Amino acid sequence: MRTILYLIRKEFIQIFRNKFIGRAIFGVPIVQMLILVPAVTFEIREVRICIIDQDMSTISRSLINRLEGSTFFRITNTTFSEEEGNRLLLEDKCNLVLHIPENFGRDAGLGKPAHLLATVNAINASSAQLSWAYLNGVIRDFNSDLIMQNINYVQPVQASVININNRYWYNEMLNYKFYMLPGILGILVTAIGFILAGLNLVREKEIGTIEQINVTPVRKHQFIIAKMVPFLIIGLADLTLGLVIGRIFFHIPFEGSIALLFLSASVFLVAVLGFAIFISTFSGTQQQFMFIAFFCMIIFILMSGIFTPLESMPAWAQKIDLINPVAYIMRINRMVMLKGSTLSDILRDIYSLAAIAVFFTAFAVRRYRKTA
Amino acid sequence: MKENVVISVRNLVKKFGNFTAVDNLNFEVYKGEIFGFLGANGAGKTTAIRILSGLSVPTSGDAVVSGFSARRQPEKIKQVIGYMCQRFSLYEDLTVRENITLYGGIYGMSRQLIKESTAELLGRLNFENYADTLISSLPLGLKQKLAFSVAVLHDPGIVFLDEPTGGVDPVTRRQFWEMIYETASRGITVFVTTHYMDEAEYCDRISIMNEGRIVALDTPAELRKKYNASSVEEVFVKIARPNGRLHTA
Amino acid sequence: MHGPTAAYTQHDMKRFLGFVKKEFLHISRDYRTLIILFGIPAAQILLFGYVVSTDIKNAGVAFFDQSKDEITRQLTDKICSSGFFTKTGDLASQDDIDRIFKKGGTKAVVIFENDFGRNLVSRGKGEISIIADGSEPNVATLVTNYMTAIISDFNMDLAGQAAGAALIVRPEVRMFYNPGLKSHYMFVPGVITLIMILICALMTSVTITREKEFGTMEVLLVSPLKPIQIILGKVMPYFLLSFIDVIVILLLSWFVFDLPVKGSLALLLGESMLYIMMSLSLGILISTVSGTMQQAIFISLVGMMLPTILLSGFIFPIENMAEIYGWISSILPPRYFIVIIKNIMIKGTGFLYVWKETLILTGFTVLFIALSVRNFKIRLQ
Repeated sequence: MRTILYLIRKEFIQIFRNKFIGRAIFGVPIVQMLILVPAVTFEIREVRICIIDQDMSTISRSLINRLEGSTFFRITNTTFSEEEGNRLLLEDKCNLVLHIPENFGRDAGLGKPAHLLATVNAINASSAQLSWAYLNGVIRDFNSDLIMQNINYVQPVQASVININNRYWYNEMLNYKFYMLPGILGILVTAIGFILAGLNLVREKEIGTIEQINVTPVRKHQFIIAKMVPFLIIGLADLTLGLVIGRIFFHIPFEGSIALLFLSASVFLVAVLGFAIFISTFSGTQQQFMFIAFFCMIIFILMSGIFTPLESMPAWAQKIDLINPVAYIMRINRMVMLKGSTLSDILRDIYSLAAIAVFFTAFAVRRYRKTA
Repeated sequence: MKENVVISVRNLVKKFGNFTAVDNLNFEVYKGEIFGFLGANGAGKTTAIRILSGLSVPTSGDAVVSGFSARRQPEKIKQVIGYMCQRFSLYEDLTVRENITLYGGIYGMSRQLIKESTAELLGRLNFENYADTLISSLPLGLKQKLAFSVAVLHDPGIVFLDEPTGGVDPVTRRQFWEMIYETASRGITVFVTTHYMDEAEYCDRISIMNEGRIVALDTPAELRKKYNASSVEEVFVKIARPNGRLHTA
Repeated sequence: MHGPTAAYTQHDMKRFLGFVKKEFLHISRDYRTLIILFGIPAAQILLFGYVVSTDIKNAGVAFFDQSKDEITRQLTDKICSSGFFTKTGDLASQDDIDRIFKKGGTKAVVIFENDFGRNLVSRGKGEISIIADGSEPNVATLVTNYMTAIISDFNMDLAGQAAGAALIVRPEVRMFYNPGLKSHYMFVPGVITLIMILICALMTSVTITREKEFGTMEVLLVSPLKPIQIILGKVMPYFLLSFIDVIVILLLSWFVFDLPVKGSLALLLGESMLYIMMSLSLGILISTVSGTMQQAIFISLVGMMLPTILLSGFIFPIENMAEIYGWISSILPPRYFIVIIKNIMIKGTGFLYVWKETLILTGFTVLFIALSVRNFKIRLQ
């Protein structure tokens, strides 16, 4: 035990002696959280719309007025030529072109089907669908108004109505910061711990200091634990820092138990650090480690469920995610912080994380050879 | 002498793939002596010393160091030896004092003992002013002296030195050998490899290695006599290049 | 006068090429690096094509059916058989809602009022509440939208043809550039952009810092090679490898996802070269400010990864962000390359549509090189 303390002390001295690293482990998360958390949103702020009004009737005018009145749409261009509309779409001057053909007003006034054509830039498929859904909503409302006005032309239909009221729990206003903050924090903590812990061990191999350690009676697990503990502590410190920032700057709610969050985070960090050191035992140079780390980290992060829903992944990918510690911590963070889930709710996840942690740490200790 | 054997090597072989780095070594080292391992680069000295220090497992044969088998109990060996590797490997980004404290702690010395040993070590090396200097800013000679002192910090029975004076200026080499003598006089067995032939003269006994084998082993005086040479260097030349042609190892 | 200079230059060139060859061999001998170099982009492309999707599939939904009649049963079946939703449970009380959300796995709860079916038939009005888990805002929005659509559909079916006639305005939609609404139209350009800048910046900064850290840079600096040649020699192999990488990604996206290059391939490759050059010079710049490999890796990975993913328009469109982020992202070179690559690859536009972005990327390259040279000179003094 005493040996471990001496080794841990040495690691801390080394980490903070490097002025850049010593500052960056806290500075980078602070800066990135402050800048990135408020940036990201899946919401569409506004859809830039180009109108081709070849009808110029009162009805088409009133549809355009309605679009102008909506908060989602901003009419950036109006034109009479379809070509012009396509060109604007191509130049990314607008996201959507709404073509109101001739006779639109006449048909609608007669109660006949009146056609509209919307052209959406669909490179970003989800944005495209969303803008189309918004437009459809506006048109639907417009439709019902038309029906009301033209009651003499159209037989009112006595159809049953299903009233749908929807509410969002745990984040009523759908504030994206509440969602992104735990996510970005999780990624930062992962990246810092993973890279620094792994590099640290490989670096000792590369510059040869590990030789002098290997010839001492230090036990393998002592050395590995001493490599993990400092980064565990730094990770938890970063987590605390991130939560404080979230509280002060973004007023993020905290429904659950802080102790539970830190317990999960500790298990998670051990899993990540164990994995990092496991990889570092395979790598001869920092360069090699870095590539493998880069590879694993990108996969961990993109498959963590923060940018895309986990449920949408194919079943085999969800199986792979069973060993992705980042996927667990993303879920746990959200559940504990926003929903107030308790230990019994996340027990399975914690067990799985613990299993990953034990597995990789044990393998790291096994793989690390003091005697060649 | 037999009861004083601290290292006993029997049929020691180490192969890396097809390459035999150490080829059937047999020798003994006695307590308190300075035992020199000579040979050109690549002769197998480092491989041998790494096996004896428990850093490498022999392919066949065995070595018993302080009663522990290098094959089966390498970790036990590590408790009773000191080792200084060829490549300087104290932590460059730690200070002199931090390095000493670290290794003292690793070898289980008490806080008090570490403190006393540090003070004594710094005094002996005239290092008081450097105590809180980063190792990276020390000149090579000082680094090597420090590495040696750290290797014997915990009073091991045997200390292994792998080319301790490589790249060091003659004056520092001289001082370094004084430290080795002083250490041996405390009853610590010194096992040292070198390719400086003049240093061989300082050893109690030397063994000369060539292509993984020991080709000669005796006191420097006996060797000079046997090979009718005026210096160990001459002995070495006669052994290593028997045909008078350049030998590339 | 002219002769000897030319001979000297030729000799110089030979020495330089020799150095490049040595560096190249050095990299290609390390199979691990090579695997990663080509494995990362390939794996990433496949990951995005097959694994990651922004759509909703099999989202967990629980039902709190206080009516339990024929109509609610039908509607429940319709929701669960849509492919978007999987049923995670039937709730017995209001309190169960919180409980099932806290367990995770359930994205929304659908509540049917008492006597829903009877109310709908006799009074022509039924009440449904959808409660979505707002802790995942994006999923919550999508789930609510999809669910609403399914319910409206169901209602339409119930009401029969009569309701259909009520529609006067009939909107039609065309999805341009990506009629199948596939998410890899978005991701392929993003991945190329992300991977190239990270790999290039990482590789260059680390190889150069390595020479510094192990003191071998000094040896090279006293060699007859000029500093600029040393840097070029180190960077050149990575330039080639990265370029091959781009080609591998383009081939993969063509053959695996049927996403060919619509515009000029030559133009796209040319722009890629420019982008690689920009990334490599960024790597050189990082190496001039890093003393250790650790530092270089930290800057290139921890410092650059998240901002590139989040602020370059890779996943999240910049135009949806607050105004200030338009400014912040304008200092991120990847932002411009994403525009270039989308234009050429997917829209099939020519140089006229990307000349501004090209100019900006060239500007970044020049800036990074100038800063590197300045830093380098300061250190030599």
